[in-house]
Amino acid sequence: MFKRLDEGTGEAGHATVQITVNDAVVACRQGDSVAAALFAQGISACRDTAVSQAPRGPFCMMGICYDCLVTIDGKPNQQACMTLARDGMAVRRQHGAREVPA
Amino acid sequence: MTKKMDEIEVPEPRHKGIYDAAVIGGGLVGSAIAYGLRRHLDRVTVLDEGDSAYRASRGNFGLVWVQSKGMGMPRYGVWTMASAGHWPALAAELLDKTGVDVHLEQRGGLHILLSDDEVRDRVKFMTGLLAQPGMSSYEWKLLDRNEVADLVPGIGPDVRGATWTPADGIVNPLKLLRALHIAFARDGVDYRPRQPAGEIVHAGGVFQIATPRGTVRAQRIVLAAGLGNPELGGKVGLTLPIRPQRGQIVALERTRRVLETPIATLRQMDEGSWLIGDSQEEAGYADQQTGLPVLATLADRALRTLPALREVRVVRSWAALRIMSQDGFPIYQQSEAFPGAFVATCHSGVTLAAAHALELAPMIAAGELPGDMAPFSTRRFHVQET
Repeated sequence: MFKRLDEGTGEAGHATVQITVNDAVVACRQGDSVAAALFAQGISACRDTAVSQAPRGPFCMMGICYDCLVTIDGKPNQQACMTLARDGMAVRRQHGAREVPA
Repeated sequence: MTKKMDEIEVPEPRHKGIYDAAVIGGGLVGSAIAYGLRRHLDRVTVLDEGDSAYRASRGNFGLVWVQSKGMGMPRYGVWTMASAGHWPALAAELLDKTGVDVHLEQRGGLHILLSDDEVRDRVKFMTGLLAQPGMSSYEWKLLDRNEVADLVPGIGPDVRGATWTPADGIVNPLKLLRALHIAFARDGVDYRPRQPAGEIVHAGGVFQIATPRGTVRAQRIVLAAGLGNPELGGKVGLTLPIRPQRGQIVALERTRRVLETPIATLRQMDEGSWLIGDSQEEAGYADQQTGLPVLATLADRALRTLPALREVRVVRSWAALRIMSQDGFPIYQQSEAFPGAFVATCHSGVTLAAAHALELAPMIAAGELPGDMAPFSTRRFHVQET
């Protein structure tokens, strides 16, 4: 659904960053937010809501709507649109309400 | 096209002519009474302000709480206990009638103690409270640290103990207000938003209440307008010593359910959010302000109780103006100068909702508050001081 603007124009050579999304390796670019990386990969839903478990994905892309929450490196409810993708980052779908650490 | 709230059309009232009862105030107190009145009377209406009204009903903590209540007025302790006893019936009826589950849980509650001084003071208080002549009696225990840990896994090192009673519980107060209002629509109670009461005239046994949308007529009226009650009371011969008290609350993000036993100042909602409460400030009518000193104190106490909450994100905080009478207890009274005009005003509109719907409303429908309600009259403020 989402395409990078320069896709197909022959531009290349962007520094790549590798993250994992639910253990699958995803290549993205330096400067991508996690939410942008998910979109570029064709992943539109990144969490299931806390009350009704309805799927949700990034919406506002600017830190307001909190619909892009994911678990990043074990930390729950992180905003994917406000977090830059870093090499080796482990992103997981946020399933329902987070746990309270014991 | 969006409409401002003030432009949304109000359904035409079902009833013309004279109501059996008009309740002034559509918050939890007025709504619970109107709900109860409708069980006994055919024509009931509720006059409410708009969304800019002070709304303690939307800013509260949702406890159905018994322990601590009634020091200095045992009748209030009895009334509170009675309401807790009526709550299961009210919750079941609302679910049946409206499909709204208000998520009542009455499995006991805790008052956490964070120092040896607090333990000593608390035991003295609870012992004195329950020793009052005419006070309700209920089981309570002083739990030691280990016993608290059994009920609340993960308590912090500062927790010395807690008092516990099986009578305490919680409900979702927003769902309660919603359920009552759905019941209005179902049962044919005429809810009139944005129709604050102006002048009130009593003529020929009928009250005429002026509103911005015309005059509403009723045989009985109930003043349940919270902080609006002192002004309304003056129109029917009642002097009501009431002031606002600001309460601030911190809300945390939703998590999996952890806290099965609510604490007077920390609870988890049915959908997983956490509320940290319960400040009391004398701040006049400044309900739009929350302040870091108070919020920090609330948060600090919550973290000393349950340190794992340090990882849980704060999503909101808010302040609401609750209603305090001169001595902190409810006022229920029929006007002597204007028979048929009743006042109901209290601090704990959630806890007392069941008593208001199932005990107080039938009294008002019958036209008389029985003698055992006399302690709630404003006559208690008129003791001559020598």
